[in-house]
Amino acid sequence: MIQQKNNIFNAALSKIRCIKHRKRILEVSQRASALHVAPAFSCVEIVDLIYSSLMRVPTSSDDVGDFFLMSKGHGCMAQYVILEALGILPKEELDRYCTPEGILGAHPDRGNPGIIASTGSLGHGLGLAVGMAYAEKLKKTNSKIFAVLSDGELQEGSSWEAAMMAANLKLDNLIIFIDANDFGGMDRMSQNHHAFYPLRDKFESFGWESAKVDGHVGLEMNREYSKRAQKKPFVLICKTIKGKGVSFMENVPIWHYRSPDKDEYRKALDELECGLK
Amino acid sequence: MRNIFAQTFHEAAKLDERLCMVVADISPAGAMNEFRKDFPERFINTGVAEQIMIGMVAGMSMQGLKPFAYTIATFALYRPFEFIRDDLCYQNLPVTVVGIGGGVTYSTLGSTHHAQEDIAIACAVPNLRVIAPCDPEETRHTTQWCINQEEGPVYLRLGKAGEPILGSSQSDPFVYGKLRYLTHGKDVAIIGYGPILKMGFNCAEKIKAQGKTCSIISAHTIKPLDIEGIERMLASHETIIILEEMISRGGLADAIKIIAWQVKSTVKIHSYSLKGEFIHCYGSHEDILNAHNLNASEIGSRI
Repeated sequence: MIQQKNNIFNAALSKIRCIKHRKRILEVSQRASALHVAPAFSCVEIVDLIYSSLMRVPTSSDDVGDFFLMSKGHGCMAQYVILEALGILPKEELDRYCTPEGILGAHPDRGNPGIIASTGSLGHGLGLAVGMAYAEKLKKTNSKIFAVLSDGELQEGSSWEAAMMAANLKLDNLIIFIDANDFGGMDRMSQNHHAFYPLRDKFESFGWESAKVDGHVGLEMNREYSKRAQKKPFVLICKTIKGKGVSFMENVPIWHYRSPDKDEYRKALDELECGLK
Repeated sequence: MRNIFAQTFHEAAKLDERLCMVVADISPAGAMNEFRKDFPERFINTGVAEQIMIGMVAGMSMQGLKPFAYTIATFALYRPFEFIRDDLCYQNLPVTVVGIGGGVTYSTLGSTHHAQEDIAIACAVPNLRVIAPCDPEETRHTTQWCINQEEGPVYLRLGKAGEPILGSSQSDPFVYGKLRYLTHGKDVAIIGYGPILKMGFNCAEKIKAQGKTCSIISAHTIKPLDIEGIERMLASHETIIILEEMISRGGLADAIKIIAWQVKSTVKIHSYSLKGEFIHCYGSHEDILNAHNLNASEIGSRI
């Protein structure tokens, strides 16, 4: 459960926040050799929008609000820094990232502040989210389940078992964002797995409502989310750039995993700071 | 067994609205249909899709419900294995995964339907408790325990239908995590889990004819195993016979032999289990056990 104020989406403020989030991710990356910088950078705007504007504030002690699940666990640095900015995750824990003294690893761990599911193995999050959304229906709450998935994990058959079941159960309280950066760990899916596309048609044929947007433009994502009919599970396919925000990281596979060295770090910070000016 | 399971579950579900049943295209036994009729929203059939069956029970548990997943043992455990490991066990959620037709119960359906290694696999996963009752009465007690517990995930291995009641007024009561003596004797201890323990009673008759007395013990809780109980059993009998409708590695027989070695026991131990083979033999449950050399005359012959 996340407690915060509901905000009207403000694009200018979101832009500043997202640059700060990327800078903080880079800062933490200097203490860990492996951090999945690029997969986190591709979903910063998505996670920021969900936490800042979409998740509902609890209205009473009986109301638990909405839930967020990071299905693409390797992108969790985006969630960690946002939880830190919201005061949910202590700064010391980010500073102790991936050390024996700390609690945070390179994938989310259920029970850590703000983390409701242990993910990391791909193709699990949507099934969990379906179970959570159905449970909230049975409990007759107004809670929604938000999940961020990678496009790569939609190659897992389990994701489609879950997608089918979500529609069978008419889970209109389930909203997923696909961080569609077109990259797996190895290479571009559009080049080597072209049958993966068109993605939106697949979800529609599985009984979902869908929309496709630029995943780095909060206003667009917010608009499509607000327009949804709320009668089916909803998927927002967000076209993103892996490594977004740092030119030499964008769409370069090595940054799926590696942390920048000192020179690269300085260069990346300079680029991000230019965006603040 | 599956009917007693479903009856017990249905009765409890009338009092606890958190109890839900998620199945994967398995034709429900009579009592399960009653539950479905009474609580249609709490009975979910995911179809021929076991990964989402486990994903859903995990998600439902995360939101405070008490779901059970239920299908044939091979499809309950093997097909969605990583989902059981990561979603249920890694997150330590109090969910029961029920595998019916444990061992070679589905005798004519071939090895695709034979859960020959399920106990070894389930015992290997951290946090997963492993329970296999021997008869309908023990099924009732183990099911009730699963319903009431909030500790973590359970793999509950059941038979199918028509299993005889093995316990009697002389038997110990069911206590989770403790060996249960169905009969008490001094010379030979026959220990096992699941309906194959019935074979122990046939074997005991032969042993009694030799003027010896037999304990017949249900090790219904295979994990966590009652280590002290095993040590006491080793110390108080001359011969131990282990019956297991599972392969010989990674199950009860291995565990007892390790404990015996650790306590320097000199007791004679004979273990009988399924062969580590895919047997291309079709017939009754008894026929398939026989093809694995599991029959009372084979077992009795070594005493």
